[in-house]
Amino acid sequence: MPDEKTGRLDEEYVVQMKGITKVYPNGVAANQGVDFNLRRGEIHALMGENGAGKSTLMKMLFGLEQPTSGEIWVNGEKLTLSSPTVAISHGIGMVHQHFMLVPSLTVAENMVLGMAPRRGLFIDHAKAVAITKEYAEKYNLHVEPEAKVMDIPVGMKQKVEILKALVRGAKILILDEPTAVLTTQETVELFKELRHLKEQGYTIVFISHKLNEIMEITDRLTIMRGGRSMGVYNTCDVTKEEISRLMVGRDVILNVQKDKAQPTDVVLRVRDVEYVNEWHKKMLDKISFDVRRGEILGIAGVEGNGQKELVDMLFGFLTPNAGTVTMQSENILGLSQQKLRDKGVALIPEDRMLYGIAGSASIEENLISDRSAEKRLNRGPLFNMKAIHDEADKLIEDYAVLCKSRKQQVGMLSGGNIQKVVVAREFSGNPLLILADQPTRGIDVGATEFIRKKLVELSRSGIAVLLISADLAEVMELSDSLIVMHGGKIAAYFEDTSTLTDDVMGEYMLGLKAQSEEEIRRVCHD
Amino acid sequence: MLNFLKMLLTPEFFFSIIRISAPILFATLAAIVVEKAGFCNIGLEGLMMFSALTGSLVSYYAHSWVWGLLAALAIGVLMSLMMGFFAFQLKTDITLVGIAINMMGSGGTLFLCKVITNLTEGTSMASSTGLINSNLLIPNINIPLIDKIPFLGSIISGHNLLTWVAFLCCALTSVMLYKTSLGLNIRAVGENPNAASSVGVSVLKIKYIAIGFSGLMCGFGGAFMSMYYAAGWSLDMVAGRGFIALAAQAMGGGECLGGMLSSLVFGFAQALGIKFSAVGLDSNLASPIPYAVTIIGLVIFSLVRRSRAKKLHSAAALK
Repeated sequence: MPDEKTGRLDEEYVVQMKGITKVYPNGVAANQGVDFNLRRGEIHALMGENGAGKSTLMKMLFGLEQPTSGEIWVNGEKLTLSSPTVAISHGIGMVHQHFMLVPSLTVAENMVLGMAPRRGLFIDHAKAVAITKEYAEKYNLHVEPEAKVMDIPVGMKQKVEILKALVRGAKILILDEPTAVLTTQETVELFKELRHLKEQGYTIVFISHKLNEIMEITDRLTIMRGGRSMGVYNTCDVTKEEISRLMVGRDVILNVQKDKAQPTDVVLRVRDVEYVNEWHKKMLDKISFDVRRGEILGIAGVEGNGQKELVDMLFGFLTPNAGTVTMQSENILGLSQQKLRDKGVALIPEDRMLYGIAGSASIEENLISDRSAEKRLNRGPLFNMKAIHDEADKLIEDYAVLCKSRKQQVGMLSGGNIQKVVVAREFSGNPLLILADQPTRGIDVGATEFIRKKLVELSRSGIAVLLISADLAEVMELSDSLIVMHGGKIAAYFEDTSTLTDDVMGEYMLGLKAQSEEEIRRVCHD
Repeated sequence: MLNFLKMLLTPEFFFSIIRISAPILFATLAAIVVEKAGFCNIGLEGLMMFSALTGSLVSYYAHSWVWGLLAALAIGVLMSLMMGFFAFQLKTDITLVGIAINMMGSGGTLFLCKVITNLTEGTSMASSTGLINSNLLIPNINIPLIDKIPFLGSIISGHNLLTWVAFLCCALTSVMLYKTSLGLNIRAVGENPNAASSVGVSVLKIKYIAIGFSGLMCGFGGAFMSMYYAAGWSLDMVAGRGFIALAAQAMGGGECLGGMLSSLVFGFAQALGIKFSAVGLDSNLASPIPYAVTIIGLVIFSLVRRSRAKKLHSAAALK
């Protein structure tokens, strides 16, 4: 099919999106004049920070949204993609980050939903299973056709999603952050499968902001920033540093600058804490440590080794079976969250959507939710709205929350900006101790850097910080001293993180090694 | 006491359980299907009231129970689709729409009955029982051979046409939900509408079909009440069956077989209440029995579900 503008055969590209602009009714321009194209049989990365417009662009390719202006060409044909059904009929399939599966139906039923094979009036179940098996074999994507989706692991759910797209005739697959939910092993498997699909001539769009994965699997990449395309590159021609510079528009300081910690007196003292969960598994086993003013104590470990229980215990969500926890020599076990906050404990929760914010409330309301009873924000029985507005505006400015106004719903913001709202509230309440549980999980590079810098800044001003993170680089980089947890115990304590290597950490995290009790005792600064 | 038990263990008593269960079963099926489609229609009571009035009046004016039944079904479907229009397209809260339908079903039907009879009969009537003679009632069906079986025969045979239809509908609904692509789509829409629409299933259409189905079932239920059970329409004659059905749906675990068994439990409770009053128990004590059973049933149901969920939970944790 000849291209209208150039008149040349454009066999090379299966998809061309030209000058795509998307302006939402509320005036937000999510995409501005974006060009995006896909070569047949390539794996193409679409990169950008949260809110850069990559999801919007792909939603338009999949027919979930319509561009305000611009053209979409698929296989040399100019199309109006008015719905996913139209997109599917032109061979475009999308695997969403949040799976579009029905949990109580079987894998085979999910596969044929909306196009169920019939025998007379009834569904032909045997045929549905046969179709599933046939595609699973053909594309080397192992699934169990008869299993209910709710019973299968996440990795298999993703395969079902890919198969669903393939069985509907997709030749172009859009994968929205496919590895976000996968374990390392599942990711390796997925990459193998994607390469297999590529060899069979399928074109894959890979949305991600994990640099390592992009470098490993993709052929080309398009970088987006602020709703615009920052260009298309061959993956082999660019370095990680160049990519991150294009994504955030400046060199990301991969090493947070910090001076040596000068820890002073102990703020939080945890002694011999034990916790057995409702299924009689010992999740915390004689945990003892101290967190001092002016230092960041990191807790590293493979997830599920007691970190979650530790944070829950420290913030009063669960009561340990044994042990003591004191803050400035006063017991804090069994205190309500309100009392804990009064004592100066702040929490950046792991799950910000559930524990960090009220999604449908405004930014302002979320920002003052922990201090709404304070005198300065009230006038008699009513709020002092002026004071509240001032407070919110100041926090929004100080923490660079990108939003239209303080009245905007928090849930509408990008992940990074939501986290900034949480952080703004938690950091500004004059805390004595900050519990930072996965503070930068799933947020963009800019917000990550901002939050890390703030944590260092606060610790240097004399606040005690306990940092729990599954991100090894983060926990090693930010912490002044470090605990490794394994199997509910402290496996190691490192007084100085600057000389630590990944290999050493790995051995302790996986339980291959453990320090002696004397060595671990050093974390208690009696 | 023994005498009373003897009175219960008669074919007539079991017959009456089945008879009394039928309208509850209709409404329960309505509740099951809409629940599978992901919402709750609390307007079943009102829908049945409208169908009951329509059925009795149309059969009177058309001199035929067939037309009456068809009209009852039609009005049930139409009004439920109207509910759907308000809820799905005008985005009214479906619970509020249901409440409105129930309130109209109570006072509105009385109003309509008075207006219509005043126009045609010259006097406004507060019930249509006076207009209905036995020719206008939906007939009973005797099954040859089966009615010869001792005891069992007299329980099963001789039931009203609609009683048969109720139990038939129960089986058909189950088949529809689990063996047809319509049922698959309904279940998918109810559980994850995004998943359904992402593969081209029209969520709106499926929801309309589900609520229309609930209207159809309420049409049967209403017709059963006014064209057989009570032989005529009167104020608030459905007497909470639409709400009991919601309980039966929950107690039956949202499935057809469970819903049928729950309906029979409620039928049993009502039959028992009637028997109690027949032996001279104060009707103020006897008539709440079905409702007390509803509450007890729901409590048992949720306890069972909780312990089952706990078991599942701990099983998953052990893995």
